[in-house]
Amino acid sequence: MTLLDGDEPLPPDLVMSVKDLKVWYGTARGPVRAVDGVSFDIRRGETLGLVGESGSGKSTLGRGVLGLLPDAAEVSGKVLFRGRDRVTMKRRALRSLRGPELGLIFQEPMTRLNPLMRISDHFFETLHTHERGLSKTQMRKRAIDTLGAMGIPPTRFTNYPHEFSGGMRQRIMIALALVLNPAFVVADEPTTALDVLVEAQIIGILNDIKRNFDTSILLITHNLGIIAEACERVAVMYAGRIAEQGDARAVFARPAHPYTRELLASTISLSTTELHYIPGAPPDLIHPPSGCRFHPRCPDAMRVCPTRHPPTVVTELNQKVDCWLHGPDQLIPPGGKESLEREAIGVADEA
Amino acid sequence: MSQTKPEATAVDTEPLLSVEDLRVHFALRGGLMQRFFGGSVGSVKAVDGVSFSLKRGEVLGVVGESGSGKTTLGRAILRTVPVTSGRVRVAGRDITDLSEPALRPMRRNMQMVFQDPNASLNPAMDLLTAIGHPLRIHGEDNDDKVRAAVVAALERVGLVPTELFLHKYPADLSGGQKQRAVIARAIILGPELLVADEPVSMLDMSVRAKILELMLELKNDLGLSYVYVTHDLATAKFFCDTLAIMYLGRIVEYGPAEQIYADPKHPYTQSLLKAIPEPDPAKSVPRDLPRGEIPDAARPPLGCSFHPRCPKAFEICGWESRDLRDLVERYWLAHPDDEFERDRRVIGALTALDDPAVTADVPAGSGHSGADVVQFLERIKGEDPHEPTWTGVTEVVDAGSSAKVEFRTDAVDPPLYPVGDQHVACLLYRDGEPDGNGSKPRTRRR
Repeated sequence: MTLLDGDEPLPPDLVMSVKDLKVWYGTARGPVRAVDGVSFDIRRGETLGLVGESGSGKSTLGRGVLGLLPDAAEVSGKVLFRGRDRVTMKRRALRSLRGPELGLIFQEPMTRLNPLMRISDHFFETLHTHERGLSKTQMRKRAIDTLGAMGIPPTRFTNYPHEFSGGMRQRIMIALALVLNPAFVVADEPTTALDVLVEAQIIGILNDIKRNFDTSILLITHNLGIIAEACERVAVMYAGRIAEQGDARAVFARPAHPYTRELLASTISLSTTELHYIPGAPPDLIHPPSGCRFHPRCPDAMRVCPTRHPPTVVTELNQKVDCWLHGPDQLIPPGGKESLEREAIGVADEA
Repeated sequence: MSQTKPEATAVDTEPLLSVEDLRVHFALRGGLMQRFFGGSVGSVKAVDGVSFSLKRGEVLGVVGESGSGKTTLGRAILRTVPVTSGRVRVAGRDITDLSEPALRPMRRNMQMVFQDPNASLNPAMDLLTAIGHPLRIHGEDNDDKVRAAVVAALERVGLVPTELFLHKYPADLSGGQKQRAVIARAIILGPELLVADEPVSMLDMSVRAKILELMLELKNDLGLSYVYVTHDLATAKFFCDTLAIMYLGRIVEYGPAEQIYADPKHPYTQSLLKAIPEPDPAKSVPRDLPRGEIPDAARPPLGCSFHPRCPKAFEICGWESRDLRDLVERYWLAHPDDEFERDRRVIGALTALDDPAVTADVPAGSGHSGADVVQFLERIKGEDPHEPTWTGVTEVVDAGSSAKVEFRTDAVDPPLYPVGDQHVACLLYRDGEPDGNGSKPRTRRR
């Protein structure tokens, strides 16, 4: 693809670079800052996990990088993809990118396939729209090969969606996104509606994609276990911002942000020995707390935390973190490091 | 609050809940023609012969994937779905055949917490009305008494200050608060038994622990007993004393929770435990998990329902025609496109294998003979002779225009075998375990 004038080139190892992206929705009560100044890069062939609780803005961010937001959303910042800024790109140009270059795997496989169309027709339609000139035999081969890589036998090619189970439909959805060989795919909670055994199968498939398709994936989930299983890097979202990002192993082993640490501790897994939770509830994104948005719930909050938002700092382990605990010290006013006195959070404020 | 009870009675002569050979079958209506001529075309055996008992103050976890019948079982216990056969006894009283008017007073004693807090509260009722509703249904019409009971229930579940919550509507509450309100409504009549159907699965991670903690508190303070229906073995580990693992309408493993987690016996339980992703990148889920998904309950596999997915299945687990179809499809999946294009002509329609049978007639494609099909099947076998499906095949013969594949006819549908304190519906344990002699079977199936 050629580079258009006025756009910034991307370093060759990056597929996408998001810079200070903001997505605000207008409501009667004021703007909802669903995504509020988010920056991250996605490298070639890697899976970046985006984890957050409901209402953290992670799905909006996923749609935002694909340009699939409703017209009412106010978007600013940069989404650089293939050397072009997706935010300022014309609708039509963007549309031509979606499919062959950018893909989306939805959360609910049961409702995303047209019940009146055979699986084969879903593929023919997709291929015909984006790659004109392919013969029927070529389309058939491409589709069957991709389905095969997802574990759908060729004998089922002309079946209808209702003849497949939930997990099979999710595999078909993934195949539909990958049949055009996109460079970048957003997978929005791809396993949420599935059972644990099928979930494990789909995670296995996502891991294979990296190897076989050279596709970068932004995997959005609320499940830290899935991130640990499928992602090289992780970005933890809280209240419209990324609290921490870095190598998944490092972040899980040594979380730099108190929110990441508390979230890890709250996750109930088979090795959990005691119940833990974060007091309070995620904030209202119309009137978010001042300064660091996590400060009202943070066990480590300091006096400086409500006064201004911490700048992004890179730790020794190369984690990018927005937290005053990591400085920079010269920006913290005298006495700012003393612990913050607050009223206890009652259940009334809880989630 | 009127429902404050002493600690669970120490002497448990009688279980609070006992379920015996419970069956819930839903009739299928079939297509237009069948409907026209009347009669049903079969049934979905959502719950198919389940027995267990629950002591006072105990938590039973009913764990299974979607389609396992766990939700239907939970509802059948409260008689909110029609029971086909079997017995349900609550506090010694058989409620299976009680009429609705006779059942109503019993419902004071058994309540339900649903999965989706957003859907289980009426958006047009404030909390005072919603939580007080069960009291009014059960004949309390004094406003002050209802209000006092609601305030007490709100306090109990931690929605304080209560005056702040009494007149709130569900839309004003967060997910966790809604679930607290649902629990308040469930306990206001002072029940002994709560059926909680996935009470935390719709909640965020940071909130789940709080609701689980609340439920444990209520158990201790009010002497509640729970049937905890879930797909999540991780939360069940925290919450349950006894576990019943369900698959396709039946309990496949039953026993003390601690023991099942420490030493799962059924291959299905073993895979479920292995498949849970740990939030630790150093540990990863093994790749040898069962293939496929839970089958259609309207046409369950012959023999053991789990055999098509089971990594340990052997000769007598119930191999049949549909397994052969899966086998052929897996073979084509593993082979390049052109081979499939050539082979698919050898075999006629694979749909011929879709009816469960121990004799499979594999039709030859046009221009091919039964001998070609036999040859093709032998090629598949030659490639992977250890595939367990072949252990169930006794004979493959050329029958002219088709190949006849005979499967073993001595397959066994495993009942629950006692293994130590556990009960396991798996043929691997039909002679018990060398070290465990087993006790009397607690649950039986046909």
